[in-house]
Amino acid sequence: MSGTFVGMPAFPKAAREAVADTTLRGNLRHATHTIRAKREAAVAEVSDWAALREAGKQIKDHTLRHLDRYLVQLEEAVTAAGGTVHWAVDADEANRIVTRLVKETGESEVVKVKSMATQEIGLNEALEAEGIRAYETDLAELIVQLGRDRPSHILVPAIHRNRGEIRDIFRAEMGAWGRPAPEGLTDTPADLAEAARLHLREKFLRAKVGISGANFMVAETGTLVVVESEGNGRMCLTLPETLISVVGIEKIVPTWRDLEVFLQTLPRSSTAERMNPYTSMWTGAEGDGAGGGDGPRTFHLVLLDNGRTDTLADEVGRQALRCIRCSACLNVCPVYERAGGHAYGSVYPGPIGAILSPQLRGTGSEIDASLPYASSLCGACYEVCPVAIDIPEVLVHLRERVVEGGPVTRAGNKAVLKPAKGHAAERAAMRAAGWAFARPGVLRAGQRLASRTRGLHPRTLPGPGRAWSATRDLPAVPAEPFRDWWQRTNGGATEEGTAK
Amino acid sequence: MSSRELILGRVRRALADVPPDDTPYEDAVARDYLREHGERTAAQDVELLAENLADYRALVHRCDEGELPALLARLLAERKAATVLVPPGLDPAWLAESDVTRVADRPESGPHELDAVDSVVTACAVAVAETGTIVLDAGPDQGRRRITLVPDHHVCVVRAPAQVVSSVPQALERLDPRRPATWISGPSATSDIELDRVEGVHGPRTLEVVIVG
Ligand code: SF4
Repeated sequence: MSGTFVGMPAFPKAAREAVADTTLRGNLRHATHTIRAKREAAVAEVSDWAALREAGKQIKDHTLRHLDRYLVQLEEAVTAAGGTVHWAVDADEANRIVTRLVKETGESEVVKVKSMATQEIGLNEALEAEGIRAYETDLAELIVQLGRDRPSHILVPAIHRNRGEIRDIFRAEMGAWGRPAPEGLTDTPADLAEAARLHLREKFLRAKVGISGANFMVAETGTLVVVESEGNGRMCLTLPETLISVVGIEKIVPTWRDLEVFLQTLPRSSTAERMNPYTSMWTGAEGDGAGGGDGPRTFHLVLLDNGRTDTLADEVGRQALRCIRCSACLNVCPVYERAGGHAYGSVYPGPIGAILSPQLRGTGSEIDASLPYASSLCGACYEVCPVAIDIPEVLVHLRERVVEGGPVTRAGNKAVLKPAKGHAAERAAMRAAGWAFARPGVLRAGQRLASRTRGLHPRTLPGPGRAWSATRDLPAVPAEPFRDWWQRTNGGATEEGTAK
Repeated sequence: MSSRELILGRVRRALADVPPDDTPYEDAVARDYLREHGERTAAQDVELLAENLADYRALVHRCDEGELPALLARLLAERKAATVLVPPGLDPAWLAESDVTRVADRPESGPHELDAVDSVVTACAVAVAETGTIVLDAGPDQGRRRITLVPDHHVCVVRAPAQVVSSVPQALERLDPRRPATWISGPSATSDIELDRVEGVHGPRTLEVVIVG
């Protein structure tokens, strides 16, 4: 990964600030609770949910276990269909490749489909540095981009903004990027969406280069799949002459048929719909498929590693690569609900971010070392995950790594991680959990979930973690009730307060 | 060493724990999920399709073969459309009763030309009852993907029961991966502003589905 967000404080500090922001908390609470309730209904409609979830897990696990083979197969299929495949070891290389490809078209602006991978590598900034303007075209991403902000949710990146703030951003900033906001723009969602439609349409219609990610890549056929709602994806994928897709190497499924599992589980887990409004599938470049004359004439696929092979090397942590970025785990997480997406210091917030970011980036920075503690281990994330990623298991595993040290793989090389200095990790743990448990409602929710879901509140850790946990309680089960601790220490603000 | 070799090398080292005789793909995935949910007759599938499309705010119409030209003429007239985009392979009889000016989709027509058109009428490749989805695969009666995207009004004709399947797995079986596919479930929509659903941000704001038969 290209590093943490600049100047990002460790999770506990960022979270404390977020918790104090009542607008943010209100927006988040509304959002997560709304999506959560809808998701439950959407999932309940499908009687074979458990079987679909298991199949999704198995497909992804099998793919990861043979990733080299499927990558080569995918490359062959994409190439045979008229596309060009590039390989990028890290963010810098991916950015260099994309910048070069854009420059070769002679263009100085591109339209973008919302994509976590391109955010992860900081593509917009890299293009900007080379004089290429990248326009985000997803409504939420547009709000984030115009507001010089960061996304705070995988699915609804501007969820921390309310309609009044969005109107203000549109009024103040749209003009600098193209068509200004209409006179007298109100803050009704329909009006705001219309303003975005007009602003972006002129960009779609003249764009020569589109940049996207992909939800799935089919090794067998070379097909890429993008799932979306607004139609901005379809615009970027079909109108430009050149399409560049930057996709993490873990996004492969072996066969066309495998899509039948994920096209059922992803929309219901994500937007809680039976099916999202638009799904685009394309194979290679125009002229080679039977639908010749339809879509970009040139297609480039940039396969991104950027820490994924290191994550793959960890047999426990590997399962994080099954993630299909549905965001269901964010919406059920009591910690995310209080802290907000920004506190995680990464494009991947919430429970998945807490296990993915420290693996992609390593635990060298303070924020990455604190992320495995950004959880109450209540298990709700595991319950909702459509590919059954055992997030609590990976969290405990990563905590152990941070505290005990141990073997890790960084940039393809085996290394031994030193134990975290002093009691930094424990302090981080106390603080991260501290504020989450500060509010009676959260505490009750957490405890209820904890007792209902799983017995993952171990008093002692298995394996090498035992020595550490033998003399200490694990953070989620503190000796002192966190509400008391919070009151006594003013939310951990008074450092002395934590001394026993 | 190329980045390709570097990445593949890293993947292989990362997977040192995977035995060479690991379970092959065919046996690795238990496909014990359902091929379709519930048991419905073909007619019930068509009902469900109509219901689910409407639930996602598509406007749904039913008619028989003979009524189709009059219905399409009425829909275009109600919309006050002056121009309608027509894919090259669309059955000319469908629009025989409408006097709206036809615009042919030619490969060289640019996005601005499409933007100036009021409506588009297409067929589809398959429709999925359980999810309320129509799937276009750029066949001659559906045209390029962009023609159902840029105009603000899309009328899609589904032939029932022949083109209606029950479920997503059945739809994928019918599609050819070599063709570009667009799955459409209701009109373009966003929930990005305080999760209020707003129709039509970039795609057509109005989707009308005509189920024939
Ligand atoms: S970890 Fe699971 S629940 Fe969370 S975003 Fe990924 S797939 Fe969805």
